This record gives sequence, structure tokens and C-alpha cells, in this order.
Amino acid sequence: MKKNIFQISPSFYDVMPAEYRELVENGPFEKKVGVSDLGAFKELSEEHPLCAGCGLALSLRLILASLPNPEDTIIVGSTGCSAIAFPQVAVQNIHSLFGNQNAIASGVKRALTLRFPDKIKDVVVIAGDGATVDIGLDMVMQSWFRQERITTIMLDNEAYANTGGQESGMSQEGAVLHMAPKGKTFPKVSLPELARASGCVYVAAVNPAKPKKLEKAIVRGVLAARELGPTYIQVFTPCPTNYKFKPNETIEKIKMRVKEGTYETTEFISAEAQELFARLEEGKK
Amino acid sequence: MIEQRAVEPAQLFEAKKESQFITGSEAIREAIRRANVEMAISYPITPQSESMHLVGDLFAEGYIKEYFRGENEFAVMSSVAGAAMAGVRVFTATGGPGTLRAFEAFPTWAGARLPIVCAFMTRGVNSPLTIQPDTIEMAYMLDTGIIMLHAETAQDLYDMILRAFIIAEQTEVHIPVGVFTDGFFVTHTRDKVKIAPADMKLPPYDPYSSPVPVMDMENVPFRQMRDPFVMKSNYVSYAAHASWQQEVMAAAERARKYIKQYIGELIETEYPDADILLIGSGTAVSQSREAMAYARSEGFNVGLVKIKSIRPFPAQEIRELVKRAKVVIVPEFNRVGWLAREIKSVAEDTTKIVVGPHVFGGMTMPPGMILDEIRRTSV
Ligand SMILES: Cc1ncc(C[n+]2csc(CCOP(=O)(O)OP(=O)(O)O)c2C)c(N)n1
Ligand code: SF4
Ligand SMILES: [Mg+2]
Repeated sequence: MKKNIFQISPSFYDVMPAEYRELVENGPFEKKVGVSDLGAFKELSEEHPLCAGCGLALSLRLILASLPNPEDTIIVGSTGCSAIAFPQVAVQNIHSLFGNQNAIASGVKRALTLRFPDKIKDVVVIAGDGATVDIGLDMVMQSWFRQERITTIMLDNEAYANTGGQESGMSQEGAVLHMAPKGKTFPKVSLPELARASGCVYVAAVNPAKPKKLEKAIVRGVLAARELGPTYIQVFTPCPTNYKFKPNETIEKIKMRVKEGTYETTEFISAEAQELFARLEEGKK
Repeated sequence: MIEQRAVEPAQLFEAKKESQFITGSEAIREAIRRANVEMAISYPITPQSESMHLVGDLFAEGYIKEYFRGENEFAVMSSVAGAAMAGVRVFTATGGPGTLRAFEAFPTWAGARLPIVCAFMTRGVNSPLTIQPDTIEMAYMLDTGIIMLHAETAQDLYDMILRAFIIAEQTEVHIPVGVFTDGFFVTHTRDKVKIAPADMKLPPYDPYSSPVPVMDMENVPFRQMRDPFVMKSNYVSYAAHASWQQEVMAAAERARKYIKQYIGELIETEYPDADILLIGSGTAVSQSREAMAYARSEGFNVGLVKIKSIRPFPAQEIRELVKRAKVVIVPEFNRVGWLAREIKSVAEDTTKIVVGPHVFGGMTMPPGMILDEIRRTSV
């Protein structure tokens, strides 16, 4: 996309909403901005209605600010809490159904490759843990098996948050949640391992307590998907509303879990991705 | 691959045709060969599989740019949706259990205003397991918001699929078209089909003719709304959702004139003024035509109505025809009689409508069954 596509006609300037004007004048398009520049540019997301202290809302802001190429990124979402924030996101984004995000993204990516063979078009899936590991798992993994060049990002709040806090495959063993009244009887699914075994060329588990690390994973995940094959990034995004902790404790919760070893941050870089990153970093110097 | 040139739709539809003795599945291949389809996604199910093998051959030959086997019908219908959102002309096909597996996707196709063309080669649904001809899945599809055309013959199938793209892609329509045909009876039998020269194809789809933004980041990416409608209990969100649905219904209504332009009237009739009218769609029409010939030779005053478009439904046309007739018989290849229900819903006097005969479970419908109804109702 060339930025002039959404330039405002001078005669309409005064009636356009303020956030639109700001986006045109000071948005992240065609600029090299990232999480360290937050506050100095107009962000892609606007006034989301998610709960106070929502780990998912914070992560979404960071993810959007990390996108290496927002002007040519198409996001595919899924039903869940994040779907309520996406209507206000200034990147074209798709909500189709609950769980079919990676199948939709496969079609989008292949179609854009046909239409724009010489242009970069990044397709990024952003969906909840329920959407990714439960109802949509077959389509997620099949897109990896097929080596679709898409980035899959899971917002892992360890529950079906939007429907009121039910157990998901990503909940911890023993967690007492709706639909698991006696506690979850099986362990948290290790999707990073499955991703690796299913052909992802880059896999990372990160969290918003470490924004620079999160940013690096997103950039790597998008670039590796663009050049090589599927990538998977899991973001730990605790939910104060359903796990019933105070909204100002979200970051503390993350740090505690990492410290006690119940939420690992990991990174897997395939040999080809390693080579690609080295090349790109070399090019930057 | 034969070098092809894109021509105006009318030029392709009216070109001098050659007659080929081919199966229904092959008729689909010939339609897709000329449809300038960019991408097709497949998943096997009898009696559909062969048609998508043949479409795969077109891909191997270079007529289609992208083709793959998806993981299940729900995923295929989702991937097809993604491709359409990103602005390419797509095609897929399924039938029976595949249709039901994919079901959640169809209303979203219509709701997202996607001009997808899908062929449905109908078959029975379980239980018990069956692969035999049956049109019951059409009953479930009636209110998904998609346009539904019902082909009687391989010729219909060829004509309807090719024209479906042009109807679906009109800016004021821009909703999916399902072309239904009775599995086996049409897909696996040979018939003479008149087809256009292979060096012609439809003009390419222009994604920017879409009434909704194309998901390609080549048009204004601005946030769609200041406040998300979903899950808001207020008048604006109700009204937004309701009016969107009304607009999808209106789009299907606006398709009528394009169906008429490209496929002819929504119905075809033979002896429409007869006392006894046989009304059907799909291969039930072929069986009815045979029954009509017997009956007329025996002196019964019988006519035939073939319904080609199920959605939009030819309500006005059917109401008038039913009004004039003394008896209306509706033979169907399913157990529920969905077409009879549709006809009853628009008829003034429903007492003259005979719901049946019905054949299901895989048998063909002997014209004698229809003839029996004609004799019985004439007493
Ligand atoms: C087919 C279908 N089944 C169930 C639902 C109900 N549903 C909507 S959101 C949701 C939970 C989403 O959980 P997750 O993917 O973890 O996202 P979160 O809300 O936690 O961010 C469920 C079960 C639905 N919309 N569609
Ligand atoms: S319910 Fe949880 S995940 Fe959903 S918006 Fe609220 S805090 Fe965030
Ligand atoms: Mg969740």
C-alpha cells in the first residue's frame, strides 16, 4: 500500500475524525517504528473496549507496534476477546468464524501471492488459545504441514475468556474453571513443541512483561514466514477478569509464572531461519 | 494448454458451440476451463471427487494458477472465503456430508459478500451411511443467503457454472452462487453438451468492483468502526446487524435480473395451461417430462414446470401457475419435500398441491410413480 491511498481530501479534512487525521499524519505506515517508539506515533489500535488490566489488550498493542510492515500486513483473527478490539484496528483484518483463522489465512496468503507476486504481503493470524489449540487445532496444524507462509500468534490467557472463563487446552492442569469444576485433568498443551514438529521454521513463547523480546519474536516470526515457511508465536496474556486477580497485577502474574517455571519463554530457530536472520542483520549494519 | 483470450461474457455465451458427449463432471471441467478461475481448492467426496480431479488437471495444464487439497470441507470453504476476500476468482465443489461439514461457512460467505461459486453434487446424508443420490442437503441450504441454481442436465451444469461467476460478481449482487446438481444421475452419466470454443475465457474478476473492501491493503485500511457492534446491547448494533442482513437478502433479489439475463427465466414451462402441472427441479424434471409424455399419450392434460433458480425463488411465477392449475404434483428426490413446502409457501390454494412422490435412499424415480399420481388425482 502506498500511503497516499488514504490521504484526506482537503475539503473533507475538517470533518474527518481526529483519530483518522492522526493516523494519516503520524501513523506507523512507511516508518520504522517499534515498541520503544510507543507514545511518539499514532498506534494502529484505538480505544479498545477490553477489560482494565487485560494482558491480551496490552499484548495486542505491542504486537501491532512490532509489525515490520504494517502497510502491507493483513491480519486474520478469530472469535474471542481480541475480536472485540479488531474493529478498531487500522490494518485490514478479517473475522470469519471461531477456529477457522488459519484456513482463512491460507486462502488469503495464496490469493495475495497470485495477485502481487512482486510485492510483500504479510499475513498474520492473531487468535485466542481456545481458537488455536482446541476448536481450530486441525486447521492450525494443517496450515503448518502445508508450509503456508503465515505467522500464527496465539494470545494465551489459558481460558475461554470471552464466554466467561471456561477451561481450554492451554489451561494449567488442576485449574478450576467453568466446565472443569473439579479442576483440569490434563496438562497444558505444548503447542510450541507441536509447532516445531509440524514444520514451523520459527517458534517463540514470549510475554508482554518483556516488550523488546516480544517485539523481536514478532519481527522474526513475520520475516521468516515471509521468506521461508510457517512460524508460531505464543504470547502469555493473563486475564484478570476470569482468573480473578486485580487489573494492576497482570505483569506481576506473568513474572511470577516465569519465575516459578510454569510458563517458559522459549525460542526455536531452524537452521534456515538462523541463516535468514543473520543475513538480514548483516544487511542492517 | 490452449492459448486463451478473455472475451466479454456475452461473446463467450453466444459463441458457436461444439457438441461433446461427456459426463456431468466433465461438463464442470469444461465450464471451469473457460471461467478464468484463479484458484480452486478441493476435498474428496463421492460423487463430487471426479469433478475436482478434472479441475486439478486444469491446474496442471496451466488454466488455473493455484489449486490444493484442503483438510476438510469446513477448512476448504474457509480457505475459499479467504481467497475471495483477498480478491481472486475461486471455485470449489462438495456434496452431501461435505456440505453439512462445511455448513457454518455458507452464511458467512453471503454475509461477507463473497462472489464464490461452489458446485454441490448432492447425495444422501447419514445415518445410515449412504453415498446415493438425494437432494436433502438443499433443504438445509435454503436460508444460508446464497443463490441456489438447480441443474437438470450436464448442459445446465455447464451453462449455470460459467454464468454463475458473472451473476455472483455483479457489484449489486456480490454474493455466492451454489450450482446444485443431482449426484450420479448427472455427474456420472454421459450426455451431449454444447460448449464454447476452448480458446475463449471469461474476463478476469475485478476485485475492486466489490461492494466491501478487498483484504489486500491496497485500499483504505481504516478502522471499520469506532465502537464494535458485536456484543453491544444497544439499538445501533441491532440495527447495524439487521440492516446488513436485509442488504444481503436484497442482493439476492437484485440477482433476479442477472439470472434472467444470463440463464433465462427462473422457470421453464411446457403446456403451462394444463389442468395437471408437474413442478420440479433437477433430475426430477427429467422423470416428470417422461411421465408427462406417457400421460399426454393417454389423454391426460398434463404440463411441466422446471424451476431453475431456488434462491431467489420464482414466487410470482409459481403463484400464477398454481392459480390456473387444478392439480399440482411435486416429485422430489428427498424425504422431506422441501420444494413442495416452497411452492406451498407462495400458493394461494395449497389444497391442490400433492406433496410427492418422493424417492430417497438412492433409487431413481420411475416415471410410473408420477403417472400413478396423475391417474389418482384425475379420478
Ligand atoms: C462455533 C462456535 N462455538 C463456540 C463459540 C463461542 N465462543 C465465542 S468466543 C469463545 C471463547 C474464545 O476463547 P479463546 O479463543 O481462548 O479467546 P479469548 O476470548 O480467551 O481471548 C467461544 C467458546 C462460537 N462463537 N462459535
Ligand atoms: S475477559 Fe479477560 S481476556 Fe477478555 S477482555 Fe477481559 S481481561 Fe481481557
Ligand atoms: Mg483464551
